[in-house]
Amino acid sequence: MDVIILQLLNGLDKGSAYALIALGLTLIFGTLGVVNFAHGALFMLGAFCAVTLQKILSLSFETIDPTKTDFLGNPAKIKTPYIESWFGPELGSSIIDWSVPLAILFAIPIMIGVGYIMERGLIKHFYKRPHADQILVTFGLAIVIQEVIKQFYGANPIPTPAPDAFRGSFDFGTLLGFDPNVVIYPYWRLVYFFFAALIIAAVFGFLQFTTFGMVVRAGMADRETVGLLGINIDRRFTIMFGIAAAVAGLAGVMYAPINSPNYHMGMDFLVLSFVVVVVGGMGSLPGAVLAGFLLGILESFSSMNEIKQILPGIDQIIIYLVAIIILLVRPRGLMGRKGVMED
Amino acid sequence: MLGLEKKDTSLLIIVAILTMCAPFILNPFPADSAMAQFNAGYPDLMQRFVIFGIFAIGFNILFGLTGYLSFGHAAFLGIGSYSAVWMFKLLGYNILPGIFLSVITSGLFALLIGYISLRRSGIYFSILTLAFAQMSFALAYSVLTPLTNGETGLQVYNSDPQYFHSDAMPNIPHLFGQEMQSTYTLDAGAWSFDFNTGYYLCALIMLGMFYLAIRIFRSPFGLMLKAIKTNQTRLNYTGLNPRPYTLAAFVISGMYAGLAGGLMASMDPLAGAERMQWTASGEVVLMTILGGAGTLIGPVLGAGFIKYFENIFSKINDTVLHQWFAFLPDGIEDFLIAIVHPFVGKGWHLTLGLMFMAIVIFLPGGLVEGGQKIARKIRGKKAEDDAPAASDTTPAE
Repeated sequence: MDVIILQLLNGLDKGSAYALIALGLTLIFGTLGVVNFAHGALFMLGAFCAVTLQKILSLSFETIDPTKTDFLGNPAKIKTPYIESWFGPELGSSIIDWSVPLAILFAIPIMIGVGYIMERGLIKHFYKRPHADQILVTFGLAIVIQEVIKQFYGANPIPTPAPDAFRGSFDFGTLLGFDPNVVIYPYWRLVYFFFAALIIAAVFGFLQFTTFGMVVRAGMADRETVGLLGINIDRRFTIMFGIAAAVAGLAGVMYAPINSPNYHMGMDFLVLSFVVVVVGGMGSLPGAVLAGFLLGILESFSSMNEIKQILPGIDQIIIYLVAIIILLVRPRGLMGRKGVMED
Repeated sequence: MLGLEKKDTSLLIIVAILTMCAPFILNPFPADSAMAQFNAGYPDLMQRFVIFGIFAIGFNILFGLTGYLSFGHAAFLGIGSYSAVWMFKLLGYNILPGIFLSVITSGLFALLIGYISLRRSGIYFSILTLAFAQMSFALAYSVLTPLTNGETGLQVYNSDPQYFHSDAMPNIPHLFGQEMQSTYTLDAGAWSFDFNTGYYLCALIMLGMFYLAIRIFRSPFGLMLKAIKTNQTRLNYTGLNPRPYTLAAFVISGMYAGLAGGLMASMDPLAGAERMQWTASGEVVLMTILGGAGTLIGPVLGAGFIKYFENIFSKINDTVLHQWFAFLPDGIEDFLIAIVHPFVGKGWHLTLGLMFMAIVIFLPGGLVEGGQKIARKIRGKKAEDDAPAASDTTPAE
């Protein structure tokens, strides 16, 4: 029982990342009808927002401390971040410590801007072109974004620690009456899960309860009629593209402490997220979220030693295997609607 | 000639002349001049030109004719390589059994994967092929290690049985004693040209495959595939089942990929799982689109183009740049180098990505379409009238 709960928890954080990326992909697909292969790159950009903020905050100047010497006998140089000298050492260091959560504020405008520019500058010209062209041009864009990041940040992963307060692990088992240290779960992953749930709830709430969201949903159902009613639907869809980019970006920001960001993390997640979208059903938002969590949990269960002994290597292929089976048994995915991408 | 129309015959002859004279054409600069770094006439690179040419021709039979975009074709390349290396390990270094087996196994795998994937079309088909390729990649890395040697990659060891290996035969891949790596270097004044056995073997095979592709394009079968691309629904209504045709196209293109993989292993007896990764599948898609999908010569052009620039661009480093711009004043020199630097050397993929985007945006027909546009401009208005009649398979030369 404890093992099952542990795997369930382990699946949640990966599942949250899949769900968030798949949600953004589905938003873009549902509104604009574009298959966006650059979505993984947006996730990666988000993670690098966190890296950048951390770097900016820890910019420091050097002072020479004459009382101490380093191992060569020269006067020791002490690095002080500017932030610490401005706000005092305590507040300054805690700002640096909390740079990842702070990066959320930093990433939202950036990601919405990136999404807006992408849609207006490039994707707009591809609505009338076949899906293959959309896939190809966004695939090219993903390569470009990835290489630009590589130029600036190098090819190695950059460790981006979470705030000290979240560094330990949470003994989940004691809550449920198990022995201590059986079911432990890092705090940050718990934070990630709640954060993802919050974002998903926010997106659904926005679509369901605001006028803007209502218009967007109407546009998803019948774009032409909404346009005929005198609503500038293209403009709203552009904004939705920005929001979808921000969702992917935020997923990336918060994922940075879990997995040190490197330039190809987006591509790694992209392939899986597409599988998630297809399993969930192209164009279905709840389907994307459901499939994201489902596949994340399945992946973590299949990496249990007991299962690996029976079926070696199953953890590597489980997601693809499930995708193949679902596509063959339920061609529209778990919650796909009729008539989406069936031409 | 050979059952081809006049235009196709001349295309085939042009390609044949180009490939046979490639050692001369690709080495236009004297060996020790400053321009020698633009020479591409060394055996290793020339082999890759034709091998990836075969791969792209095969991919084009699927994507160019039927419009089914497979994102997992590299799996067949990897399967081909593994089968060829296994033949080397078991039977000996003669490459014929290896190449035969690689074509057969990849064909079988293509039959299996295609049978399942082709039940869906559009993006679903792309995802299904991608899933299969990623699955093969993950399996080759982990569980199938006894078969694939995991991360190290499969290679031939001294302890391998090699039942048909005789001591008279060379201990590297060969065709009845002709070593694949043997190179005859012709020095003509300041120039030097390499003639490599492996290259010529691959080039001959590529010509054969190119001929086969022309025949497929012009056959009733090819016409059927084009009909599937144009309007599958209408085809259904006429009472035709398109699936056997698409499956046949999928298997043929999988066998082409397997052949390319087998040849790759024959030139260098190594097979690694990274050949099957989805980035490798992406590369062949890039090649086909860049050259021009659905045209005969396009994929070959695209493969040559990408492989050439990959090699040349990635060789240019800061020292080379300094040499080029040495005639400029220092400030301007450094400025220019700072601008060019991100696009060359290790940044070659950035150039590739930008180039690829530009092609998809402005020239959906690829290099072939670009060539046609230029040719039409030069020929002037008169030729424009019969240009539409000249189908999209006109070579770009």
